[in-house]
Amino acid sequence: MRALLWRDLRLAVRAGGGFGLSLAFFLIVCTLVPFGVGAGGGQLSRIAPGILWVGALLACLLSLDRIFALDHEDGSLDLLATAPLPLEGVVAIKALAHWLVTGLPLVVFSPLLGVLLHLPDAAQIWLVLSLLIGTPALSMLGAFGAAITVGLRRGGLLMSLLVLPLYVPTLIFGAEMVRRGAIGLDVTTPLVFLAGITLATLALVPFAAAAALRVNLR
Amino acid sequence: MSIWEYANPVKFLRTSGTVLPWIVAGAALCTIGGLVWGFLTPDDYRQGSTVKIVFLHVPAALMAINAWLMMLVASLIWLIRRHHVSALAAKAAAPVGAVMTLIALITGAIWGQPMWGTWWEWDPRLTSFLVLFLFYLGYMALWEAIEDPDSAADLTGLLCLVGSVFALLSRYAVNFWNQGLHQGASLSVAPGERMSAIYRYPLYLSMLGFFLLFLALVLIRTRTEIRRRRLAALLAREHRA
Repeated sequence: MRALLWRDLRLAVRAGGGFGLSLAFFLIVCTLVPFGVGAGGGQLSRIAPGILWVGALLACLLSLDRIFALDHEDGSLDLLATAPLPLEGVVAIKALAHWLVTGLPLVVFSPLLGVLLHLPDAAQIWLVLSLLIGTPALSMLGAFGAAITVGLRRGGLLMSLLVLPLYVPTLIFGAEMVRRGAIGLDVTTPLVFLAGITLATLALVPFAAAAALRVNLR
Repeated sequence: MSIWEYANPVKFLRTSGTVLPWIVAGAALCTIGGLVWGFLTPDDYRQGSTVKIVFLHVPAALMAINAWLMMLVASLIWLIRRHHVSALAAKAAAPVGAVMTLIALITGAIWGQPMWGTWWEWDPRLTSFLVLFLFYLGYMALWEAIEDPDSAADLTGLLCLVGSVFALLSRYAVNFWNQGLHQGASLSVAPGERMSAIYRYPLYLSMLGFFLLFLALVLIRTRTEIRRRRLAALLAREHRA
């Protein structure tokens, strides 16, 4: 398992594109929004939690098809499927690698973008925490979407249609947590729900994704 | 004699062929009867004549949710027992359910404009119906995209399972996210909150009509799918010969 994780991480870093790309996309989204809605009047700080969460979600979506597509093309996915490691484990490791490459950088750099969007200082800690808790669920659900569409030639657009509705609860609780933090309310309820969704996703979705992969490799 | 005998497509076609005319007739009778009866009811003293859209809105919303439930059950039967008719029935139900969702959304918007003063409001019920509509779209798109019928049935079944969990989760998450404008359950059993009998009985009739209509459409579409599958098999055999 560790070998697979290192292999995926090395591939992501050395093949170029994957590592910084989603972070750059996140930055661009956060730069474009003020042009669209106007930067004055404090409205930016009001919508910042939502923008940051939607931006993180789209940045995560952008790199999903890399999870399985390249391995499917060169046949290494078939080798992984016949390896002694259960396919559920492969899915979980690949989702983890995807999260380390796209989710974690977003978490680390999000306070910077929060400053760009005038996010209130009190909410910064909640932004980082909510992204840290929520983005693993995004990667895992994305791995499920990628597993379903891996055999399709033009699966990218379809995958966004399949995956984005699944992101709704995570987005609601994540953004709500930051919004409550920004106006000084108690964040426990959304925090607990968000953590619950992530844990349940991490526990159950690998089985669904592995089942989808088995169908696609049949 | 068990229900599993209908997993045999020939038997399914024969039985559904005999009951289908009756279901269609019942659906036409109840739907038209319920809608006309509903249309002839007196105006509500507060909502005026706009109240009459309820006879279209509530049954459609009811069937929109139950169609997804039926797809979930059919997908489970396919994934566990691998009966092809079940997978085809799930495929057949999706567009019907999507149209029901759309009817509920559109009639709701038409009613909401004079009553709430807005076509659309980010209310929990409205929002969760929109999410449900997106799930239907994704499900249908996945059926269209995959060529091999068995893989398509497997993958859409999986999507239906995972989607059900998240659709339900979204339904309660949006409650948390925004306060509602939509009224509570239309058919409450508590005596004080019940709608008056002159509206209630046409509504029951209309709901029965929509249920039969859904049943009839799903049966017709399933029969079409079975025949299409059979045609493809015949053509494939022709090619090989």
